[in-house]
Amino acid sequence: MKRSRLCVLTIAASILSNPPLHKGGTVSEEAGQTLVPVVRAEATGTLTGLVKLDGPAPKGKPINMAKEPICVKAHPTPPLTEEVVAGANGTLQNAIVYISEGVPNSTFDPPSDPVVIEQKGCQFHPHVVALQSNQKLQVVNSDPTSHNIHPLPSNNREWNRSQPPGLPPLEESFAREEIAIPVKCNIHAWMRCYIAVFKHPYFSVTGATGSFSLKNLPPGNYAIAAWHEKFGTLTQKVTIAAGETKTLDFVFKPRANMSE
Amino acid sequence: MWTERSIEHEKASRARVGRLRPQAFRLPVLAILAAILPATLPSAVCFAQQTRIGNVTGSLKRGKELYRRYCVGCHGVLGNGQGENAPYLDPRPRDFTAGVFKCRSTDTGHIPTDMDLYETLGRGLHASAMPSWFPLTRQQRIDLIAYVKTFSPRFHEEKPEPVVPVPPEPPASPESLNRGLEIFKKMECAKCHGLSGRGDGPSASTLTDSKDRPIVPYDFTTGERFKCGQTNQDLYRIFMTGLDGTPMPSYLKDLKPDQAWDLVHYLRTLQMNYENSANNGAVKTSPARQPGRSIRNALRAVSGSK
Repeated sequence: MKRSRLCVLTIAASILSNPPLHKGGTVSEEAGQTLVPVVRAEATGTLTGLVKLDGPAPKGKPINMAKEPICVKAHPTPPLTEEVVAGANGTLQNAIVYISEGVPNSTFDPPSDPVVIEQKGCQFHPHVVALQSNQKLQVVNSDPTSHNIHPLPSNNREWNRSQPPGLPPLEESFAREEIAIPVKCNIHAWMRCYIAVFKHPYFSVTGATGSFSLKNLPPGNYAIAAWHEKFGTLTQKVTIAAGETKTLDFVFKPRANMSE
Repeated sequence: MWTERSIEHEKASRARVGRLRPQAFRLPVLAILAAILPATLPSAVCFAQQTRIGNVTGSLKRGKELYRRYCVGCHGVLGNGQGENAPYLDPRPRDFTAGVFKCRSTDTGHIPTDMDLYETLGRGLHASAMPSWFPLTRQQRIDLIAYVKTFSPRFHEEKPEPVVPVPPEPPASPESLNRGLEIFKKMECAKCHGLSGRGDGPSASTLTDSKDRPIVPYDFTTGERFKCGQTNQDLYRIFMTGLDGTPMPSYLKDLKPDQAWDLVHYLRTLQMNYENSANNGAVKTSPARQPGRSIRNALRAVSGSK
């Protein structure tokens, strides 16, 4: 009896003290009718820019794959570590630029296309991926050896699946936002990639040119963040007007002891 | 010393909860609750924490007392695996706040069932500092499980499913051992466990657990029991569900049940002393219930045919 009373009280307390939770429920109920931002394509803004590195990028080190002869054979010269990959003209690859504050308060359905990570030559390709929560993630093994895919999230379920060669792609998804989840292959200790999960579609991963582009932004005030696995996160404020295309650059400053 | 400090810490972290239910609010709260409860809350919220095994229900209050007496030294007041003794232990005590457990009947990435936790507690974890808590009463162990579950919000939010089914074991035969060997090669178990199962595969020395601490693969040749039990069913479950938090992955999507049983039979042949260790148990079993015997016979048939 005492226990059930305590339980009832706790629930009551949580309802009273937590009105946003309760309100959140009603918001999502109404979302279908009123709250989804209906913004015409010409009225949305675009944000583009570069992610740069102040100073020379630390060079990658050759990866020793001696534990797996098949991996050694897959590369004519040992591949370099991908912690810091410089793009053209002092830019930085594998950085994620995203809206960290100011996203319209609505639910975004995940795209139906899966995001694909390929394990090839005993490395993950790409090294950094970003997807929406509950969007499908496909993991393909193109190597003639086994891998295990082992994400180490702090805000999502930690799972660990083996994938011997020749088996169909693994399909998984992540329910909650998290930037970014490190992924290991325990069999090949050098393998590492990052999966960023967003609850909205406003994110972009920089490629070889170090550029990013956030499209279809509803007009508003935003905090834009750039994340890099080695250099951390930078944030800038920006205001986007209807139909506007703005540019914004991020410059990471590596700490002195980081170049080693 | 540690108790005072850590209990203060815990009090502080829980003070927020305490503030939510002052005496004066109780009556209005109940009135409001009566009006809105049926419409807004699924009844599951109330019972998410309940721990029930058979017809025994765990008590949080007693569980907490028992935890403070028996578990706190290693797992810590906050359940984060950072108790007073933790720095001296390898492997380190489990961090309950993550809700990630090795021994489960559920698929990888999911919380264990109450029964899984209960069995782990009774069994202890072989080759670690975690002893068997079988000397406690059944009720006490269930109370402890009830309390341990409060450290992770996952037990509020998630259900312990899907459970990985373990179909009935087919008899071992020379053919099944050969098929098992092929699966052992195809799944590349030897990468970590080594060709003869000694835990000396090429990747063995590089393995780390989810907290980046070095960890060793199981050495089958010792013939000792596994972390998560010692029956063939336990062995089946171990590689099909994976040992979450460690490098051992789940093979559920790679193996069909028949193949998994073939692998179980083959793995037993790596355990040189398996037959002895299986029969050394306190419980005397009939020959039909000694899984080692059928595998031994099959193995003899294999080596005889070579």
